[in-house]
Amino acid sequence: MGNLFSTATIFGIIGMAIRLAMPYLYAGLGELFNQAAGCFNLGVEGIMMMGAFSAFYVVYQTGNLLLGIIAAAVVGLLMGLIMSLISVTFKAAQGISGIGLTMFGVGLSSLLFKTLLQGTVLSVSGFTPIKIPFLGDIPYIGETFFQNNLMVYLAYCLIPVCSIVLYKTTLGLKIRSVGQNPQAADTLGVSVIKIRYLCVCIGSILAGIAGATFSIANINMFQEKMTNGTGYIAVALVYFSGWKPKGVLFGALLFSFVNALQLRMQVLGINIPSDIAMMLPYILTIVTLIFVQSRDAPAALSVPYERSEN
Amino acid sequence: MSKKFSIMILFVCVVMTLLSVPVLAEDEVFQVAMVMPSKINDYSFSQSMYEALKVLQSEAGEDSFEIVYSEDMFNVADAREAIRDYADMGFDLVIAHGSQYGTSIQEIAPDYPETAFAWGNGTDFFGLDNVSVYQASAEQGGYVFGQIAAAVSENGKLGVCGPVESGDAKTYIDGFKNGAAEAGAEVSVTYTSSFSDVSLMSAAAETHMDEGAMVLTGTSQSIPGAVSVVKERDGLWLGVQWDTIPLAPENVLVSLVYDWTPILDEIIGNMAEGVYGGAAYDLTFENGGLQILWNTENLDIDQELIDMADDLAQKIVDGEIVPLPAG
Repeated sequence: MGNLFSTATIFGIIGMAIRLAMPYLYAGLGELFNQAAGCFNLGVEGIMMMGAFSAFYVVYQTGNLLLGIIAAAVVGLLMGLIMSLISVTFKAAQGISGIGLTMFGVGLSSLLFKTLLQGTVLSVSGFTPIKIPFLGDIPYIGETFFQNNLMVYLAYCLIPVCSIVLYKTTLGLKIRSVGQNPQAADTLGVSVIKIRYLCVCIGSILAGIAGATFSIANINMFQEKMTNGTGYIAVALVYFSGWKPKGVLFGALLFSFVNALQLRMQVLGINIPSDIAMMLPYILTIVTLIFVQSRDAPAALSVPYERSEN
Repeated sequence: MSKKFSIMILFVCVVMTLLSVPVLAEDEVFQVAMVMPSKINDYSFSQSMYEALKVLQSEAGEDSFEIVYSEDMFNVADAREAIRDYADMGFDLVIAHGSQYGTSIQEIAPDYPETAFAWGNGTDFFGLDNVSVYQASAEQGGYVFGQIAAAVSENGKLGVCGPVESGDAKTYIDGFKNGAAEAGAEVSVTYTSSFSDVSLMSAAAETHMDEGAMVLTGTSQSIPGAVSVVKERDGLWLGVQWDTIPLAPENVLVSLVYDWTPILDEIIGNMAEGVYGGAAYDLTFENGGLQILWNTENLDIDQELIDMADDLAQKIVDGEIVPLPAG
C-alpha cells in the first residue's frame, strides 16, 4: 500500500482535480448564465455531445485546434438558438424541452459518428500542456498548477470574467433582474426576450466548448456518449454554487477532487470497495447540497415570460 | 368513412402478407440475431462476437447465413423486447451477448422451443434444452498477460483499469494479478463502476501512471480512454477481448483476442443434429478461443517473450498452471 499523504501524491491528486474540473467549469458557468436569466437548460448534455463531436471532426479533418473550438462554439450557439426558440419564444416547459434537446444532441452525435467516421474510434493530437515560465519550474506547485493545457487555463480565467459580467456590468444587472423579476425589468425597458436569448446562447456556446474539452483537450478521441452525464452534473453544480461563479468553481473542484482521491485510493491499494469509492463524489455533493442552501435562486427560474398587455 | 377504413385495413393486410413471403422463401437461410450492450466496433466484448459471426458468414456465404443485430441494448427491458422480437420473427439462433440478459432468456426461451438461444457471459441455462451459455475463461489470458506485463515492466509496477468487479473483467484481472505477483510485480487495480465512462477510465490510467506504472491493461468498452493516456505518455498497453492495436499501434504490445468461432461452430453444429441447447461452453486456450495477438508489425518484440507466453498458455492447457490462486 502506498502513502496517500506523500507530497507527490497530494499534489498529484490536486493536479488531476484541476484537470477533471475543466468541463464542469465551462458547462457549469454556461448554465449559470442560463439560470441567472431565469432559463433552465437541461439540454447541456446533448449540446456537449454535439460540441465534442464537431470539435473532434473538425480537428480530425484539419488538424487545427482553434477551428475545432470554434466549431464546437458554433454548434453550441445553434443548439442554444433552438433551445431559446422553444423555451423563450414558444414558452414550452423548459425542463421537458431541455431533455428533448439532450436526446437530440446525443442521438445526432451518434448518427454523425456512424455516418462520417463509420463508428470507428480514432484519435487526434489535442491541446498539449503549456508550461508557464518560471512558475512551471517550482517543485510540485509548478507541475500541478502551471503545466496544464490552454483550455484548462481558460476555464479558470472564465471565473473572474463571469463574476465581472454578472456583478459589475449593466448587462449583468439586466440578466439578474430578468431572472429575478422579468415584469419589473420589462417595465424598466429591458428586453426580457433578448436577454434570455443571449444567456441561453452564451450558456450553450460554453456547453459546446465543454464538450470539445473531452474530445480535443483531454481524451483526444471521440466515442458515443463520452460525456457520460457531465452535463447533468453541471446543472446540479449551479444549484450547489448558490448561483455564483465562485460557487461553481468550488463545486467543480470539490467533485473532481473527490473523484481524483478515490481513484488514487484504489491505486494505492487502500482497502475500500470500489463501488463505495465511486459513489463518494456524488454522496459528498448531495450532503453538501443539504447544508448549502442559497437564498439567491432566481425567482423566475424556469418560468416562461408572458408580457402583460393591459 | 368506414369504407375507407376497411380499404386501409385490407391494404395493410396485403402489404403484411407480401412482406412475409420472402421470409418464408428464405427458409433455407440460417438466421442469427445478436443483442449486445455496446457496439459491433467497440474494440471489446461485442466486437469479438460480431467478428466471429462474420467469419462464419464468410465461410457459409452471405446468401445462406444471415446476421442481424441490435446495438446499445444496455437497458435490459429494451434487450428483452429485442430478443422476443427476433424469436417471433423465426430466427434460428438468438444470441444474448451480455451477462445482464439472463432473466430475459429464462423468461422468453420456453415460449420458443424451435429457436436456439445463446447467452454470454452466461452462468446457467436454467435447465432449458434450447438455451446454451458461454463464457470466456479470461483468467487464463489474465495469468499469461500478468507474466508478460511483469517481464516488460522496468520498475515492476503494473496498472489495471477495470469497469466493475464482476464477470470476465474480474476473472481476467484476478488472473492478471496472480500471474504478475508470481513474476514479482506489484499490481494496482482501479474500477470505475462503468462500462462506458471513457473520461473516468482516462483519469484512472493517468493515476496509475502518476504512481509509476508504465505498463497497463484493462477491459470494457471504455478502454479507449485509458489507451489514449498510455499513448500520450508513451507507456505500454495490453488489450483484452479484441484487437486493440489500432487504437495505439506504437503502444499496444499485445491483445488477448476472444475468438468465439469454435463455440459458435459447436452450437450451430449441435443445432443441425437437433440439439438446441442445454450446454455450457468455455472459451479457453485449449479450444483456440483465447488467442494472443502480438503487435510485431509495429513493435520490436523479443522472441523469448513470445515463447514464454506460449509456454505458459500450454502449461495452463496441460493443467500444470492454475491461473487463479486456490480459494
